[in-house]
Amino acid sequence: MQLINLEKVQHRIESLKGEELYLHLEMTTGAYASHLDSTKHPAANFITNTKIKYDHGSIAGIGPYRVGLKMAEGWIYTEGLTHWEEEESERLLLAGHDGQGKLVVALQLSREPF
Amino acid sequence: MREENRDVMSENILVVFPHPDDEAFTVSGTLAKHIEAGAHITYACLTLGEMGRNMGIPPFANRVTLPHIRKIELERSCEAIGIQDLRMLGFHDKMIEFEDQVLLDSQLDALLKELRPTIVYTFYPGFSVHPDHDACGESVIRTIGRLPQEEQPIVYCVAFSKNHQEVLGKPHVVNDVKEYLKPKMTSIEAHRSQFQAAELLGSKKLEDEEIRERYGWERFWIYPFHVSE
Repeated sequence: MQLINLEKVQHRIESLKGEELYLHLEMTTGAYASHLDSTKHPAANFITNTKIKYDHGSIAGIGPYRVGLKMAEGWIYTEGLTHWEEEESERLLLAGHDGQGKLVVALQLSREPF
Repeated sequence: MREENRDVMSENILVVFPHPDDEAFTVSGTLAKHIEAGAHITYACLTLGEMGRNMGIPPFANRVTLPHIRKIELERSCEAIGIQDLRMLGFHDKMIEFEDQVLLDSQLDALLKELRPTIVYTFYPGFSVHPDHDACGESVIRTIGRLPQEEQPIVYCVAFSKNHQEVLGKPHVVNDVKEYLKPKMTSIEAHRSQFQAAELLGSKKLEDEEIRERYGWERFWIYPFHVSE
């Protein structure tokens, strides 16, 4: 993955607007969080291949970045994004990695199921 | 504590773990030793570790490509150890504890019936930290527990939760695998999206005493199926 380029990601968000898309949304502290450090509270969630459609969306911040997608009846929001996959021309793959390179958060959109 | 000295010639061994790389630190030296003695190893890996958090540094994998990358890493690790038979069962990473138990157990039961192993390696249920590890061990124990007693293999369990020694006591088997550090470290290094070899070895070599002590021992607890009988 590459470090996020704000303009290119915004362009990709625009190009997927108004279509029925498959969403993968995820956030995790890792299953070993409290094993390695008992002060940590392990938490995670993910939802994969649920269908969504947004009419308005943008990426914001100076890095790590935030993305908000406005749907007819709700929102999709992610904070802490650092990387994207530039070579994926049909999909939007965004991830946030911590200082050790571990994935903390992911937001992915695709016309086909993941 | 004892060293495992059984005659393992032509023995069938089944290894069941949920994630590619679970084999590397825990059992790879022991397996290489078994293989050298003539054993046939089947490794049933329940998932492709597709929800892993490590993507390499810098990240060469992503959520979408990770399962493909980890599949190749797993194949390379098995090759390094000498494992003859790798089965990737295709369950979803992180979801083993929520999986249909009938489906999960039936796949393990089919493997046990096919291979008739005399030894099984898996995670000790309740003492293995990751929910997938515990659920994997539970399924193995459940399925073997249903076999007639004379058909039950010995189950060597890996345990590493904070309280494991408190409850389980000292390991029943401690294998000296210092002679097998080359396949072991090659197995670990095969999982390059997950571990940075440089981080593990630092500037040290395999011959270094500290490395030999850190990676040169593998510990197992025998699952007590028939304690009260």
